[in-house]
Amino acid sequence: MEHREIPAEALLRLYVVISRIRKVELKIEDLYHKDEMKTPVHLCLGQEAISAGVCANLKETDYVFSNHRSHGHYIAKGGDLNAMIAELYCKETGCSRGRGGSMHLIDTSVGLMGSSSIVGGGIPIAVGAALASVLRRDGRVSVVFFGDGGSEEGVLYESMNFAALKRLPVVFICENNFYSVCSHQSARQVNDDISMRPKAFGIPSCKVDGADAAKVYVKAKEAIENARSRNGPSFLECRAYRWRGHAGVGDKLKAQYRKLDEWKEWMARDPLKELEDALIGKGILTDDKKTEIGQAIDEEIRRAFDFAQNSPLPDKNEVAKYLYA
Amino acid sequence: MPWTKILIEKQEPGFDEHAGQDVRKLTFPQALREALDQAMERDDRVFVMGQGVDDPTGMFGTTLDLHKKYGSERVFDTPLSENAMTGVAVGAAIAGLRPVYIHNRPDFLMLAMDQIVNHASKWSYMFGGHVNVPLVIRAVIGRGWGSAAQHSQSLHGLFMHVPGLKLVMPSTAYDAKGLLITSIADNNPVIFIEHRWSYKHEGHVPKELYSIPFGKGVVRRLGKDVTIVGISYMVIEALRVAAELQEKGYDLEVIDLRTLKPLDEQIILNSVKKTGRLIIVDTDWVTGGVTAEIAAIVAEKGFEYLKAPIKRVGWPDVPVPASYVLEEAFYPGAEQIINAVKEIVE
Repeated sequence: MEHREIPAEALLRLYVVISRIRKVELKIEDLYHKDEMKTPVHLCLGQEAISAGVCANLKETDYVFSNHRSHGHYIAKGGDLNAMIAELYCKETGCSRGRGGSMHLIDTSVGLMGSSSIVGGGIPIAVGAALASVLRRDGRVSVVFFGDGGSEEGVLYESMNFAALKRLPVVFICENNFYSVCSHQSARQVNDDISMRPKAFGIPSCKVDGADAAKVYVKAKEAIENARSRNGPSFLECRAYRWRGHAGVGDKLKAQYRKLDEWKEWMARDPLKELEDALIGKGILTDDKKTEIGQAIDEEIRRAFDFAQNSPLPDKNEVAKYLYA
Repeated sequence: MPWTKILIEKQEPGFDEHAGQDVRKLTFPQALREALDQAMERDDRVFVMGQGVDDPTGMFGTTLDLHKKYGSERVFDTPLSENAMTGVAVGAAIAGLRPVYIHNRPDFLMLAMDQIVNHASKWSYMFGGHVNVPLVIRAVIGRGWGSAAQHSQSLHGLFMHVPGLKLVMPSTAYDAKGLLITSIADNNPVIFIEHRWSYKHEGHVPKELYSIPFGKGVVRRLGKDVTIVGISYMVIEALRVAAELQEKGYDLEVIDLRTLKPLDEQIILNSVKKTGRLIIVDTDWVTGGVTAEIAAIVAEKGFEYLKAPIKRVGWPDVPVPASYVLEEAFYPGAEQIINAVKEIVE
């Protein structure tokens, strides 16, 4: 339904972004066994539509704060792919110069201001960036991504209270993938409706189908426009499935902690395939165009891995560099 | 840039003896307030936040009426959410502002350790220097009147442990102003810990904006027999003892470190080289703390200078008690320093 509200060009861009995230994650997965990327990766396969749908509504100058599962956010916000892959290879040319690794991606040139691997840690920081935007009256919106685990941290509620109190231009994006490592949400939360909690602070919130890029796009657009017009914070609980294990590649333990029905139901929902089918159905995407997009991304990824693999490692004498500004 | 033309102080000209036409006496909190005022005046990126900063007491006078001058956007009260509010300050700093977040007590910073230790101190390094966090966190150590276990802690040893932070502990009004200016101008997270008993101190403070370099201790009193290294309020105690013991023939050198991170190792080593005896006094537990760190540095780099084992005067390994009788037993002061001096000389 929502497709009708979105211009064809924007839908196509969503498709490209989701394809890029998907292909990058699969490439990482493909090469990870070589042990050349010596950093714990947290793949976002299955959740790509959330990053894409949200960031499509942001300007380059808007802020995004990410978490340990940061690849999708980084790519969707327009972060430099060479620098991202180089960071996974822990190289000096990485976006964090090999000091951060996969969980600490940054590209300030496109407003991705950092990623915290302390669950919930980025939430108040995003609120602070929104405060700065109000004090400077520069119109920037701040977005923070966190998960269902992050919704269990007290700092979220402290942050929502302050953001609502000062009507700050911040959008809280909770990516509910139902699992914190191997613990299901039902083992951790008394009520699985995360989206009802912000209402206590008067923050508009809703649940969104996070496997549907168009739905995320429409809701995020509204939230971000709200923030930009100084109507205060909003909250989206975007539900999607984590196709892989918490960290690393594959999901060897899945039979031991996931319910088979749930698994089947969600694995039938492929955010990329659903968008692709819709776009082909509407004539926005053709087979030729699809091939062309796929090949361009493959080439970009090939170059990024080539760049990363051939980049220099950090200098051992510079272990203390960047500690202080 | 707003901070490039500040007068840099070369060395404080003697303890509380500065006099000149643009110098008048201020109390420690008045000096802090003046630093905040002048910093806000100079740089509109500076803002002040904290529970009660705009209330009628103005954080012991250190923020009094600043909100009237700069408005409630730049000087604002906060919810008690110490962890989130520290994150808010970190985020504003990452976005280019210069927050000063003020707390009544260091005890409350324990609620914000995630944002201080895992975020503020890491953001520059973890992201290869692409961003920095010009943030100042102030807190005031309580003491006495039954303030007890959760309103009297100093806890600076915890912060000294963490790379990426800077740690400042002034003992005089002059230093309070100059070091707070340096902290605000610094591009890194600075923990600025004051002592409530220093607030009684009054000293000569220049009217102009000046900054005191980090990592530069000062010799408060020259002496040849024993080196006493202290920080914050314990410097005042050490100076009292030095004056008292002078009559009994002990000539003490008293060093005020002013900042613990960076630490002026050289001023300690130079003094110990001369005196051969070191006593370290602190407003905190000795175990695993700042006195332990300083003792270790001297043992590593100045062992050959030592004529006697190093002595430390700090808190015993118990929480701060409430009863004034127990407070007396708990807090080391002149008596303990005098005993340490006598023991180390004999």
